[in-house]
This record gives sequence, structure tokens and C-alpha cells, in this order.
Amino acid sequence: MPDKKRTVRVPIGPQHPALKEPESFMVDLQGEKITSVALRLGYNHRGIEKGCEERTYMQDLYLVERVCGICSHSHATAFVQAVEEIAGLEIPRRAKYIRTLIAELERVHSHLLWLGVAGHEIGFDTLLMYSWRDRELVMDLFAELTGNRVNYAMNTLGGVRRDIAAEQFPHILKIVDALEERTKYYIELAMTEETLAQRLSGVGRLSKEDAVRLGAVGPTARASGADRDTRRDDPYAAYDELEFRVITDDRCDVFGRAVVRLGELMQSYSLIRQILKQMPEGPIAVKAPLKIPAGEAVSRYEAPRGEDVHYVRANGTDKPERVKVRAPTLANTQSIAKMLEDGYLADLPIVVAAIDPCFSCTDRTIAVRGGRDSKTMGWEELVQYGVRWYRERGVDPSRIKVRGDESA
Amino acid sequence: MTVGSAVLNILVFPGFLFLVAFGLAGEFVDRKLYARLQNRQGPPWYQPLADFLKLLGKENVIPEGADRPTFRLAPVFALAAVVASIFYIPLGSTTSVLPFEGDLIVVLYLLVIPTVAFFLGGWTSRSVFATIGAFRAITQVFAYEIPLFVALLAPALLANTWSISGIAAYYAGHPWLWLVNLLGFGVALVSLLGKLEKVPFDTPEAETEIVAGSFIEYSGRRLAFFRLAIDCEAIVGASLVAAVFLPFGLGLTPVLGILVYVAKVLLILGILALLRTLFARLRIDQMVHFCWSVVAPIAFLQILINLVVRELI
Repeated sequence: MPDKKRTVRVPIGPQHPALKEPESFMVDLQGEKITSVALRLGYNHRGIEKGCEERTYMQDLYLVERVCGICSHSHATAFVQAVEEIAGLEIPRRAKYIRTLIAELERVHSHLLWLGVAGHEIGFDTLLMYSWRDRELVMDLFAELTGNRVNYAMNTLGGVRRDIAAEQFPHILKIVDALEERTKYYIELAMTEETLAQRLSGVGRLSKEDAVRLGAVGPTARASGADRDTRRDDPYAAYDELEFRVITDDRCDVFGRAVVRLGELMQSYSLIRQILKQMPEGPIAVKAPLKIPAGEAVSRYEAPRGEDVHYVRANGTDKPERVKVRAPTLANTQSIAKMLEDGYLADLPIVVAAIDPCFSCTDRTIAVRGGRDSKTMGWEELVQYGVRWYRERGVDPSRIKVRGDESA
Repeated sequence: MTVGSAVLNILVFPGFLFLVAFGLAGEFVDRKLYARLQNRQGPPWYQPLADFLKLLGKENVIPEGADRPTFRLAPVFALAAVVASIFYIPLGSTTSVLPFEGDLIVVLYLLVIPTVAFFLGGWTSRSVFATIGAFRAITQVFAYEIPLFVALLAPALLANTWSISGIAAYYAGHPWLWLVNLLGFGVALVSLLGKLEKVPFDTPEAETEIVAGSFIEYSGRRLAFFRLAIDCEAIVGASLVAAVFLPFGLGLTPVLGILVYVAKVLLILGILALLRTLFARLRIDQMVHFCWSVVAPIAFLQILINLVVRELI
């Protein structure tokens, strides 16, 4: 039993240098050991899902892209795939290949970014500076291919917005070669550098059973030996025509997660080469209707952080009735508390960073806390709460039409 | 010593002004080198001074419930102790300003005071981050201080004196004998990293874990003086290591002697910058374990070597 008197409560977040986005971890410490962690989400609710209901499908594409700055293509593709499924659109093969190319380049830039963040969290800033310098190569390539370094806006309903010319292929290959060289160096560094191994090995353990039970996804799950990858299990875009290996690891710790991500980088380079080699000729988009027929679809997508799920319900108008985003971080947050069990405070930043969290993308619910009736609210409830709140203050909201709220 | 020259010694050389100027320059060298090794541009030469002046103009905040005198005095004590210790370290020659038998012990003692000041400053801040940082700082002292003492004891054994000036004079008289102490030199460098709280031993102020550790509640003038104390401590620590472990080029003219001394200190700062580029931050338990199971035995080995060498010559 932990001694209550000697327990120190340390607030890591909502504002803390280890966290790039506001999120709260209330950590109870005995000395340097963590006895319990209370996690609280919801500091970054932006109402994107509701926003989607107010806009047309084409506008939503750009809004959904802004769910996350790092995996913007992931969210846009997951959304657009769902809409295309409802509309029964078959997109050209060339468009599928271009989507896959951008997706893999995004994975490269995301994993390199993670490597730098991981280095920073354990006080190894040199790694941060090096990997982010190398990441610039991909960012510049994005600017060249899509016009933007982030939020590439490559997708459109029925295909992609921009073609990639054959003259650009050699340049892409050159950059991939350079990055592969660098990644090999990082793999060697990870395997030989003593302090790195000391700080990562055995830290943040998550057994395979726990990973599956807590619904971990992406590299977090794969580093615990859970062999799941949407790209292979439920292929989308051009993945069914490409050869790649799903990287797993049995280390079940932060070191394993680093190894998986580095291995995935190597797979991504191979995928990019295959895409450029097999890129079919043809149009890059088909014409999409403005109004999407009634229906619903769930789209799965393997984002750099894990499986990203989008649900779209259409009602025959040019605006969706409901959009639901399940960002990969939400699936992985459950496992953080498990990983931190019996850990050190010093390991908290790297353990949290090891799931590659993207908290802003995750926040979907609002919790009212500290009041007389502290509770968690879903969207419907929140709408009712808002209506009640205004009614109590003499505003009659009955004439305001609330979408998606048939009962009212 | 006349009053005039004493005042000159305290305020100008090798005292306050010289130490502050050298400390800020040393911080620049460290930051620039660190940046260049990381493939970054790094700051301009006046950045440490600009940072210092900017902090002087910022608001001073004392947290509620803090022990005000301790909170106020901690930076002053840290800086004063560091400046005081420079008078016992020979710089460009074989004698310091105030040499006496046993000044090695006094300098080591004075150089612990900044760490104690960090601890007290953090402890009285009443912030949970500062408290953890303060605890880590004091834990770390027990890890690196003993190896440092032992490493400095070894050359003193060989020279048969407890005075830094005496040690320098002995090795100046026995050229090449300093090569015997290379192991101790390594131990001293590692301990210096711990003393200055630099990566891989920067656990007391680990930014990503406890924000800034002891310094979290400090702002304005007091933070400026804490930072200045650390800068000066780097110079004094490097000077001490240079005087004991790199005792060559001491019989030159004063100006040339000072230049050689500056070069030695910069070399040590350069090695420290290189070391902190290479490693990740260790956890406090790993740090203590590393110091006791690797660094301390090497320091004791140095003692053994020096005892044997003393019998031989």
C-alpha cells in the first residue's frame, strides 16, 4: 500500500514542456517512482465534426485535413474514401497510386518527426536536430509535389487534385536514397548508443495481451507483437498491388517502438520506389457529384500513428449528416496508464511520446468537471445542454434548427 | 598585499569582472560549439550578455509561501562562492592570488556551495517541480562529488601537497609526469558535467520532465545571477581541472601564460560541449549507479597508480 503522506502529486500538463499539446497527467509520485496516473483529455475540442455537418463535402475535405497537422493526408484520405464509398465512385488507378505515394511520404516525415521528439524527451537534443534537419528533405519534397509543406490538400472527391510528372520521379528517388542512408545511420545509432539504449529499453512496457485488450493501434501495438496493419489487413488505395512487410517487434517497450518506426521508414522507402516504378498512366480524378446519396460508410486508414477511422453518414444533400473521427491517439491513450505503471517520473515524457500522441486530433468529448454534477457529455447531450442553457437565460432556441437532432 | 591591489584582485582580475567576462564568453563558446555540432547556426557572440541584461530588466517574482530571505540569497551565495574560489587557483602561472597549504580542500568546498544554493532555492520555492529538482540536485552531489574529490586527491598525493599552487609547481618541475593523471582527468571532466548539470547529467533541471527544476520559480535578476553563477562555475571548474591536470606552459611571461590558460579552459569547455552533444540524459538512478560503479572505481584506480608511481620516483 503506498504511503499517502509521502506521495507527491505532480501535474504534468495541461501546460508542460514535454507535451506539445495541452493534455493533463496527474502523477502521484513516491520518490521518483510513479504510483498512479490520472489522465484527462478534452483541452483541445475544436468542434470539427460539428463543423463538417455545416459545410459541403468539398469544404469538409479541407476542414478534415486540419484535424491533424502531421497526418493531414491520413484524415483527408480516410474521409474521402468513406464519401466515395457512399457515392459509389471508383477512382482511377493513377489517383490511388498518387494517394499512396503521399501517404508513404507522410509516414516518412511523421516518423522522422517522432524520432526527433523522442530524442528531445530523453534530453538527446542532437538526435532532434539531426532528424528534423533530414525531415526537411521530405517537407521540401511535399512543397514541390503538392504546393504545401503541411496540409497538402492532395485529395479531391473522386481522385487527387494534382498530377505528378514523370520528370519529378528522379528527384523523389534521389531524396528517398538520401533519407534511406540517414535512416540506416539512425538504426545503427539506436543499436549501438549506450545512453539511448539505457533510456529506452525496458521502459513503458506493454505486453501483447494488454496491447490487444486496450485496443492499441499502429506502431504502439506492433512493438508489442500485435501483428495488425490496416494497409495489409484491409487494403485501400494501391496497397493491394504493392509489396511490403509489416514490422513487428517483441520488445514491448519504448525501444521496440523506436525499432518498429525505423523499420517502417525502410519499408516506406521501398514502397515509394515501387509506386514510382508501377505508376499507371491515365486520368487522376473522376467527376464527383455535389450531392451524395443517402447512406453511411466507415473508412479505415493506417496513419503513421495507427489506424484512423472515419464514419460518414450522408442524407442525400451536399452536406454530411454526421462525421465521426476516431484518431489513432484515442485508441492508444488507454495504454499510457498501463505503460506508466511502476515507472519513473523521468520516463514519463518518453513513454507518453512513444505512442506519438496527437491529442488535438483526439479530443471529441467535453467533460464538465469540478462543478456540482461532474460528468462526461456526448454530442447530443451537449446540444441539449446548450439549448437548456440559453432557455434558462430567456433566449428561445426553438426556432434554431439543430441538425442531427431529430428528437427535438 | 596592499588594499589597492586587493580591491583590484577582487573586482577586476582574477575576480569578478574577469570571471564574469570569461564566464559569458565561455557560455558563448559552449552554446556555439553545441549548435555547430548539431548542425545549427548557434547564437552570436553577445547572446549570453544580451540574455543576462534582458533578465536583469525582467520582473522579480517571489512565490507565495516561499522563505523570502533564502529565496533571495541563494543566487548571491552561489555566485559569491564561485568568485571566491578563483583566488586559490593558479591561472597563468604556478601561484594563485592567495595560495596556502590546503586551498584545494577550500576550493572543493566552495564549489559545492552553488549546488547547495540550487537546492535551497528550489526547496524554498514551494513548487513541486522545484522540490523534485532540488532533491535530484542534492542526490547527484553524492554521486559525482566523491569521484571528483578522489580524482583531485591523486595528483595531490604525488605532489605531496594540499595546495593547488603547490601541485601546479610540482608538475611544472616534473614535466610529463602529468600524463600519469590522465584517468583522473577523465573522471574530473565527467564530474564537472554533473556539477554543471549538463547532459547527460542534467536531471536536476530536466526540461521535459520537471520543466526547469530548482530554477522554475526564479525570474528576472535572481535567475540572471543564478545563470551567471553557473557560467562562472564552469570557468572555475575548468580552471581547477586545468591547473591540476594540465600543468604545462606555466613558466611563461604573464600575458603568454594567461593566453595558454585561456586556451586550456576553452579546450575543457570544448570537451564538455562535445560530451553533452553525444549523450541522452540519464535517469537519476542510472546516473548515481554510473558514478558509483564506473567513475568512482576509476578514480580509486588513479589513487593506486599514483601511490605506486610515488614509490618509483
